[in-house]
Amino acid sequence: MKLHSPDIAWFSWGALRGYPTRTLLMLTAMAIGVSAVVVLTSLGEGARLYVMDRFASLGTNLIIVFPGRSETAGINPTTMMGETPRDLTLNDALALTRSYKVRRIAPINVGSADVSYLSRSREVVVLGTTHEMLAIRHWELSQGKFLPAIDLDRASSVAVIGSKIRDELFGAERALGKWIRIGESRFRVIGVMGSEGRSIGVDVQETIMIPIASAQQIFNTSSVFRILVEAKTRETIEPVKQFIIDTLQERHQGKKDVTVITQDAVLQTFDRILGALTYAVGGIAAISLAVAGILIMNVMLVAVSQRTAEIGLLKALGASPRQIIMLILAEAFMLSSLGAIVGFLLGQLGSWSIRYAFPDLPAYAPAWAIIIALAVAVITGLLFSLMPARRAARLDPVLALSGR
Amino acid sequence: MIELAEIHRDFLVGDQVVHALDDVTLTIDSGEYVSIMGPSGSGKSTLLNLLGLLDRPTSGVYCLNGQDVTSLSDIEQAQVRNREIGFVFQMFHLVPRLTAAENVELPLILAGMLPERRKTKVAVALEDLGLADRSHHKPDQLSGGQRQRVAIARATVTEPRVLLADEPTGNLDHKSGTDVIRILEQLNERGITLIMVTHDPEMGQRARRQLRMMDGGLRSDVLSSDHIHHGNEAS
Repeated sequence: MKLHSPDIAWFSWGALRGYPTRTLLMLTAMAIGVSAVVVLTSLGEGARLYVMDRFASLGTNLIIVFPGRSETAGINPTTMMGETPRDLTLNDALALTRSYKVRRIAPINVGSADVSYLSRSREVVVLGTTHEMLAIRHWELSQGKFLPAIDLDRASSVAVIGSKIRDELFGAERALGKWIRIGESRFRVIGVMGSEGRSIGVDVQETIMIPIASAQQIFNTSSVFRILVEAKTRETIEPVKQFIIDTLQERHQGKKDVTVITQDAVLQTFDRILGALTYAVGGIAAISLAVAGILIMNVMLVAVSQRTAEIGLLKALGASPRQIIMLILAEAFMLSSLGAIVGFLLGQLGSWSIRYAFPDLPAYAPAWAIIIALAVAVITGLLFSLMPARRAARLDPVLALSGR
Repeated sequence: MIELAEIHRDFLVGDQVVHALDDVTLTIDSGEYVSIMGPSGSGKSTLLNLLGLLDRPTSGVYCLNGQDVTSLSDIEQAQVRNREIGFVFQMFHLVPRLTAAENVELPLILAGMLPERRKTKVAVALEDLGLADRSHHKPDQLSGGQRQRVAIARATVTEPRVLLADEPTGNLDHKSGTDVIRILEQLNERGITLIMVTHDPEMGQRARRQLRMMDGGLRSDVLSSDHIHHGNEAS
């Protein structure tokens, strides 16, 4: 004897529709379980991404390259021969953009120069750099624009000044568009740095930034002081580091004469915090899944117990234990998938509300959490209806029918 | 056709073993009309459930159509139940969310019959019981007598050879009760073996063969020659 699947579907669907209150209650329980998982994990994941973003703005993906090899042990031929290491050049910097793992680079030159506007003058740290520097260091402008995106070797007479410099040189006067003198050259002010430069070490407010080619002219050099390289992700830092070493070694006739440093201490802390956060999200997901699972389990146990009379009747009409299990599982499957879908939609609505209320928090439930939540709902739904289903199949039909 | 040999059925209630059926040996031929009477607790329902393969004896052999059905697996028993046996209950036991036609269709669905054939059979079964115009009614839109007739249609739609009725008139008023019993008797006249449990002597005495039970055993087995059933037929 074989039940036809349309018949199974018809019967189970009928059973669900036949007892709307019961079905609604069970759907609610199931939906609450699933939506709890979606909302809680989106909250946890949102917090994790938020922290990750904050860390990224500190420049954790940053790799700094400077000339000269710092040896920790032994004596190498370079030191023996008293040879100075080869300088880094703009072409070296350009060569580093060739890896797809590199998001952006910014070569810099630093020097100090006399800067004057009208009669006011002072000595200022001048930073020769590029357009990319703003993004790499997560600086913000308060007025105007940053350095233009031009070729590295093109000089341009524009400058971006720190807010402190602006105050000292211009006072209350408008600085944008004014010409200042740096060393022997004249530069037009096109931007003023915001007061919240998140840089460590350099006080942005007391520097003036100009295109690197212009800085090389002022300081009369063809070399580059440092190259800042930003890796695409946290994971690509090591490969990028290797890429830099290899590229520069090739360009410098096989000599390993550069030093590449990463912010290891910061990175380790960063990793520990991220690790803790990931565990926290996992824990939240596990607990809410367990709660959802228990909820679904109880719902299923009650659902089958309420149907004993009908199951007894089916047995009397010649339903085999296997057929009864089939019918109950089909019903459980429909119920749990429907509940899972409703719960998923509710959960998405919930995390949307969180994003709406806290725009800073990227509260999106991770795909793995959604998939696991849906799978757990359907599987626990099936699993925990299997137990009462088997009990129902073994049920004494006489007792079941008489309701004794 | 039905042969019970030394059937025992024991239940464990607490620490005590209750002998619901105590050494019952019984043969019922095809086409017989048998009533089983006795006070409650006498074992008549247990016997009916056993006959209907809803229960297994603790010991003893039950042969249905020459086949030892006690040794069959659950699945095989379910098949036999589906094909050979129809049940009519005191409480009707219709599925409330299904229409009359759908209720009658259930055993055919369980038998794995295809929809087109099912529809024809259901229509015929309902027609036979004068329910053609009620086929799309839900049980709660039907009177007690109509419900029991739907239940009978469901019990007979698979054309079983044995019809087991457990107090089929117990929940009906006198008139619908008589209607129902007449329908059952008509089915019996057409060849079905009718076995009915009742504690209503008036109903029980209509049967050609009357069994009385007491304390799990058969106490009397009477073949009645001038039962009311024949009287009805004559009138």
